[in-house]
Amino acid sequence: MASETTAGPMPATMGEARGFLGYSRAQLVALVILVAALIVGPYFLYPVFLMKLLCFALFASAFNLLIGYVGLLSFGHAAYFGMGGYIAGYTAKAYGFTPEVAVIAGAAVAGIQGWIFGWIAIRRQGIYFAMITLALAQMVYFFCVQAPFTGGEDGIQAIPRGRLFGLIDLGPDMSMYWFVAAVFLAGFVMIHRVIHSPYGQVLKAIRENEPRATSLGYRTDDYKLVAFILSATIAGVAGGVKSLVFGIATLTDVHWAMSGEVVLMTLVGGLGTVFGPMVGAAVIVTMQNYLAEMGAWVTVIQGGIFVAVVLAFRRGLVGEIAHLLKVKL
Amino acid sequence: MLEFLETITGVPTPLLFGQILLGLINGAFYAMLSLGLAVIFGLLNIINFTHGAQFMMGAFVAWMLLTWLGLGYWWALILAPLIVGATGVVIERLMISRLYKLDHLYGLLLTFGIGLMIEGFFRNQYGSSGLPYRIPAELSGAWDLGFMFMPVYRGWVVVFSLVVCLATWLVIEKTRLGAYLRAATENAALVQAFGVNVPRMITLTYGAGVALAALAGVLAAPIYSVNPQMGTNLIIVVFAVVVIGGMGSILGSVLTGFGLGVIEGLTKVYWPEASATVIFVIMAIVLLTRPAGLFGRA
Repeated sequence: MASETTAGPMPATMGEARGFLGYSRAQLVALVILVAALIVGPYFLYPVFLMKLLCFALFASAFNLLIGYVGLLSFGHAAYFGMGGYIAGYTAKAYGFTPEVAVIAGAAVAGIQGWIFGWIAIRRQGIYFAMITLALAQMVYFFCVQAPFTGGEDGIQAIPRGRLFGLIDLGPDMSMYWFVAAVFLAGFVMIHRVIHSPYGQVLKAIRENEPRATSLGYRTDDYKLVAFILSATIAGVAGGVKSLVFGIATLTDVHWAMSGEVVLMTLVGGLGTVFGPMVGAAVIVTMQNYLAEMGAWVTVIQGGIFVAVVLAFRRGLVGEIAHLLKVKL
Repeated sequence: MLEFLETITGVPTPLLFGQILLGLINGAFYAMLSLGLAVIFGLLNIINFTHGAQFMMGAFVAWMLLTWLGLGYWWALILAPLIVGATGVVIERLMISRLYKLDHLYGLLLTFGIGLMIEGFFRNQYGSSGLPYRIPAELSGAWDLGFMFMPVYRGWVVVFSLVVCLATWLVIEKTRLGAYLRAATENAALVQAFGVNVPRMITLTYGAGVALAALAGVLAAPIYSVNPQMGTNLIIVVFAVVVIGGMGSILGSVLTGFGLGVIEGLTKVYWPEASATVIFVIMAIVLLTRPAGLFGRA
């Protein structure tokens, strides 16, 4: 049994000299590889598949900001992802918002929702926090089943991708791909700027020992709330972009199963690692693609991965690699 | 009298009482499930996310006993909790027991994964449309209470679950075994030092909590159709119930369960659109005013 993980839901971070923009050398190498992969990727793989992957990678990175760096397990992140998708889809379709404005609208609503829910949920900690966020997300789900603008069981269909800034037509998959890749990279870099900022250091202090952070004079609830809003907003961005990519926003994205999936992605990749969530997202999305015709067995396999990772593999893929190479990734 | 009631409530009395009864039945399930969660949480310090799947398994085992072995409802009421409880014991020994030294969140994630596996497996075998389970002959029919017709089975569910909750309370509060259990909840290491086999007690407690969920599943089988998803949506509501009640007191969780069931039923009468969300809204209000829950200790 790995005893070092008793302190929090993830291994403690190793102290290391900060390089360019707060990234360590290993992280910089990985970042360069990532950017290169983003550029050549669509010439080797189906762009729509890559776009789906990037949306989930951003979603998982946003979720990881909470679990990995503040130690808060939000089991209801689908509420922000799905709501971002609905709002972006609805505004793009009904009001003719350009894609960037539609995504900002979706992110704003998800952020406000995160503000309210975070304000309620941070009153409790640990397991209770997880149960409360799950229950609040289920409330959003039932709201979306009934609300007139979501289209109920049918969802919002035929959402136009529109013209970026009113100029560039995003209809072709390749143009859409560059938009999605840019949004992903911006969100991803932003999350890790936050983590490496003084504010991020306080978040980590709260994760390691909240009473101590309080005794040092930090209003920990305020710090947690801001992190929650940030995470919800970025999840909303990911959901909004996804609804534009596929032209559809449905109940699937607000369902609790989606909340479970993002937890799984982050867990598989490695909680509290910079690159883990996107690797986990890639693994799970690819798996779903290949196993799509297997129906409910996908659920069984996902459950099995949960069990295997929790029992034997708690560092996750990237966490294990980083551990082997003795670097931070 | 009834006309007077209709005037002040503004709805036909049969409708009102019908929904209150339905609320009591849902409340019975909330109470039994949150009781099981609380008992498990007390000793194991994990939230058993598999609880919904185990509730569903109870209903399925009842259906299997009837279809494959011809064993009816009354047998199912005894056998299904034992069988599902035994699978719980295996799960605890093989998997959950490996996590006690880690952060409690891992227990939540593990049991969530196990729940997914069980639900997916049953969906593969039986589809998601649901299987019928008939009300036993002894409990079919309805009583005419004057102001409404009361199906016998529904009355039975409410009374039987109350008895089960009361029995659980008696076992925990008034027996030697319950005293050990409460002591181990406070300080497991100390109880072990007195020579009590705490690991075995933990295993059996988990089994008992799971059996309680399965028993609720058997009770639910004739009311709802037996289907693989019957537990998952229910368990999320039960989480909210647990947050509202707090897990400190057993009678508290029973009271909260039934109370919220009735409130949900009344909401169906007066504001049907809000009935699916009312419990979550109450949870938010309780968190804002009494964060530890109505019966919880901070």
